[in-house]
Amino acid sequence: MTDTQTNQAAPPEAVDKSLWQDFRESDFFYAFKRSPVALVSFAVVCILVLSAVFAPLIAPTNPFDPASLNLMNGFTPPLEPNAFTGDAFLMGTDDQGRDVFSTILYGMRISLFVGASAVLFAMVLGITLGLVSGYFGGWTETIIMRVADVQLTFPSILVAMLIFGIAKGFTPVEYRDQMAIWVLILAIGLSDWVQFARVVRGATLVEKSKDYVAAARLIGRSPWAIMLKHILPNALSPVLVIATISLALAIIAEATLSFLGVGAPPTQPSLGTLIRIGQGFLFSGEWWILFFPACTLLALALSVNLLGDWLRDALNPRLR
Amino acid sequence: MTTPVLSIRNLSVEIPTRQGILKPVDRVSYDIAAGEILGVVGESGAGKSMAGNAVIGLLNRPAHIAGGEIRLNGARIDPLEGEEMRRMRGKEIGMIFQDPLTSLNPLLTIGDQLTETMLTHLPIGRKEAEKRAVAALDEVGIPGAKERIDSYPHEFSGGMRQRVVIALALCAEPSLVIADEPTTALDVSVQAQIIALLKRLCRERGTAVMLITHDMGVIAEAADRVAVMYAGRLAELGPVREVLTEPRHPYTHGLMASTPLASQGQTRLHQIPGSMPKLNYMPDGCAFHPRCPRAADKCRTAPAPTLTDGRAACWFPMVTEAAE
Amino acid sequence: MTAHVTVRGLTRIFDVSKPLLNRILERRGKAFLTAVSEVDFEIEERTTYALVGESGSGKSTIGKMLVGLLNPSGGDVEVEGVNLAKETDGDKVAEVRSDIQMIFQDPYASLNPRWRVRDIIVEPVASKGGDTKGLAEKLLEQVGLHPSDAGKFPHEFSGGQRQRICIARALASNPRLIVCDEPTSALDVSVQAQVLNLMSDLKDELGLTYLLITHDLTVVRHMADRIGVLYLGRLVEEADPETLFTDPKHPYSRMLLDAAPRMDGFGREVPPPTGEIPDPIDPPSGCAFHPRCPLAADICKAERPQMRLIGTSKVACHLAE
Repeated sequence: MTDTQTNQAAPPEAVDKSLWQDFRESDFFYAFKRSPVALVSFAVVCILVLSAVFAPLIAPTNPFDPASLNLMNGFTPPLEPNAFTGDAFLMGTDDQGRDVFSTILYGMRISLFVGASAVLFAMVLGITLGLVSGYFGGWTETIIMRVADVQLTFPSILVAMLIFGIAKGFTPVEYRDQMAIWVLILAIGLSDWVQFARVVRGATLVEKSKDYVAAARLIGRSPWAIMLKHILPNALSPVLVIATISLALAIIAEATLSFLGVGAPPTQPSLGTLIRIGQGFLFSGEWWILFFPACTLLALALSVNLLGDWLRDALNPRLR
Repeated sequence: MTTPVLSIRNLSVEIPTRQGILKPVDRVSYDIAAGEILGVVGESGAGKSMAGNAVIGLLNRPAHIAGGEIRLNGARIDPLEGEEMRRMRGKEIGMIFQDPLTSLNPLLTIGDQLTETMLTHLPIGRKEAEKRAVAALDEVGIPGAKERIDSYPHEFSGGMRQRVVIALALCAEPSLVIADEPTTALDVSVQAQIIALLKRLCRERGTAVMLITHDMGVIAEAADRVAVMYAGRLAELGPVREVLTEPRHPYTHGLMASTPLASQGQTRLHQIPGSMPKLNYMPDGCAFHPRCPRAADKCRTAPAPTLTDGRAACWFPMVTEAAE
Repeated sequence: MTAHVTVRGLTRIFDVSKPLLNRILERRGKAFLTAVSEVDFEIEERTTYALVGESGSGKSTIGKMLVGLLNPSGGDVEVEGVNLAKETDGDKVAEVRSDIQMIFQDPYASLNPRWRVRDIIVEPVASKGGDTKGLAEKLLEQVGLHPSDAGKFPHEFSGGQRQRICIARALASNPRLIVCDEPTSALDVSVQAQVLNLMSDLKDELGLTYLLITHDLTVVRHMADRIGVLYLGRLVEEADPETLFTDPKHPYSRMLLDAAPRMDGFGREVPPPTGEIPDPIDPPSGCAFHPRCPLAADICKAERPQMRLIGTSKVACHLAE
């Protein structure tokens, strides 16, 4: 065997490359650096997310602290000193004198939290059901995928409203406001798992037929070990794409529900709630109360969506 | 001397990538005469299919012809583009691919596909075309050609489908047929049928054939001359019997020695150490030198001589004792 | 020499029916495909037994049944004296199973692209809680790769090197029997030679037994000690390579040998074989080969031939002698 050895030897400098190193040398990172859309939308998402996370540090006032509010400051236009108090606000104030900029920062927190949690919930549910139906097939698959089909025939906002309504009915009145956020997450998540399940099932069917899965089966690995350790890592790229696009949709869904008055309560206003509040003042001339939250929602949803679109193109080997 | 049907001179194909410019085909030259079968042999990544695709103008961007010329019946075809290229390709070049389904339209009956092709490229009417379609299927050995003319491609077995593809490739009476691994997907017994068919039809019609394959056995039985490619370059070119029995290039020699023979018992196979260089890590000098038992300093620095008059692109070709 | 593997009456039937609703609408019954039909053979210890056949011959199905990826529909598989289909003692079966490994055809699909080579190679041992320290490095060296390759991912290797990694993984659990399903069909000739030589070396060194499944007669000639020729799920001839290649008894074996292209067959013009492999869902009556057989007589259509001993070969043909 000596003759084979000398010639198959790898270059000696080959040590375990770190994942970060691998990532920096990858085509993916290269494509990212060269795409202006990806760079800009990534930057916008980062800024928005960071400012939401660090809202208490950035926001000039805490809009939920009644002590910091001054009703006299109500309806101050942006960047103009208030006629009574002389205070100026970057984006003006609403009817109760809350700083719009601060409410946006805090509202974005809630929007992002609800959106991300809902997607995470949908992802876990969808991946599990997708893996199970793809791997086991048979009746399990038929039932799961039929339920998914049925759910797809309803608009997801309708499904979310339905779930929201049912859940609200079961919650005692005194807990309703506290539970609203969690019910919202449950409702949006449940209306969104189908896409994940379908994609993961498709990927599972492809991967299952490959020989590395056969190799794992023949050494006696359990179905769960094979699904989680072998198949799932290879099915993650489409999941990542869907998760990103779903995040944008979930944020919009949350805003829609809140706008319709069935979402986040006024005590914890999300971007959607703010838009609903602002809408009432649009025709009386206080445009800023609606305008700035709406712009923020647009920027957030658009940049996340563009990032998702770019991801899909970059991770799709057929387009490369 | 008559003009060869296909004449390739110093053909280079380049693919620009972020690691630099790759050269999957590097200054390759060969001719194919009418009625001749040229076997193009090499391992995967040797550039044999890429050269064929360059001839029919089917290079996928960003790959492009970067140099050299391709002449078909004396006329240059490498600068042709778009519609001109398509028309010339349909009329003058027939194509047979590994997977018959890629060359057949699944939505049309095979009769429609044959008549359409003939009507586009031959000065004949529909009646005549339909008659010829039946004759063409008959000729490639499809039983009951008259009835099967209205069948769809999926109604045929793999071997029968490849016969249909051959009929389709030959029906416009092209002067050149490019067969890219035509039998790789087929079983041994069907492969023998297809090769025999291809050989017979092209002999009869005087069609030039470029037979691209990795199977030395198929080359030995079917080809008149053989071009051995390695890492995008032509390693050896000559009459098939001479190249296979008395290879001059060390690569050809290694390839022949490492092919298991049915006539040998349980012996250890000769092996060429290492594997073909990747296009982005092409060694200096002769591309084969890191694996070559005869490599000298010259091979490591000077690029191998281009194949012009000699048979092997090698500084130190192997010469058998009889020839010395 | 004792038999390491004994296969008796091995049969596998696949249900290839359309879904229930389609069957009702089209008024069709269930459809069954007999991929393997009553196959008997024995593999002696430390030898290579080759199964040769074209597509649809059932050769891969037999391999999968041997390693336990598929359950037989009928018949017995006995390995190291344990009947894998009937044995009720789970520990005994598990013990025998861990002695059987497999090498697959496509080296690009048989390694998990997201795993490092080290984890791939030691998985058979690690999943059973065994000690894997330095194991991957040792095995990589044994198959002619560099120990430092353990930290790389599969995409950094060529096809031949990947097949070496597959061999290393197969060796990890110290198996005694390795089923090789077309191990070199996806490789180039020069790399095929490297892998075949490596397989022979390992067999001698470690005392392995191989079941080699392939369609390539020349590979078989080089590797096998005993060859079984399959046609449409049935074993039609079994012989040692010397006899099979010089004096094939079954008309199908003869046809296969004649049809295979030869390196020294310059301009060879032999009448190519006629016909194609029939539909396995609806195989011909009697001897499955009779519609393509030049010798076929009436008895061939009526009666399925049994395996007979002629000289040192076993042949399933009414007319062979």
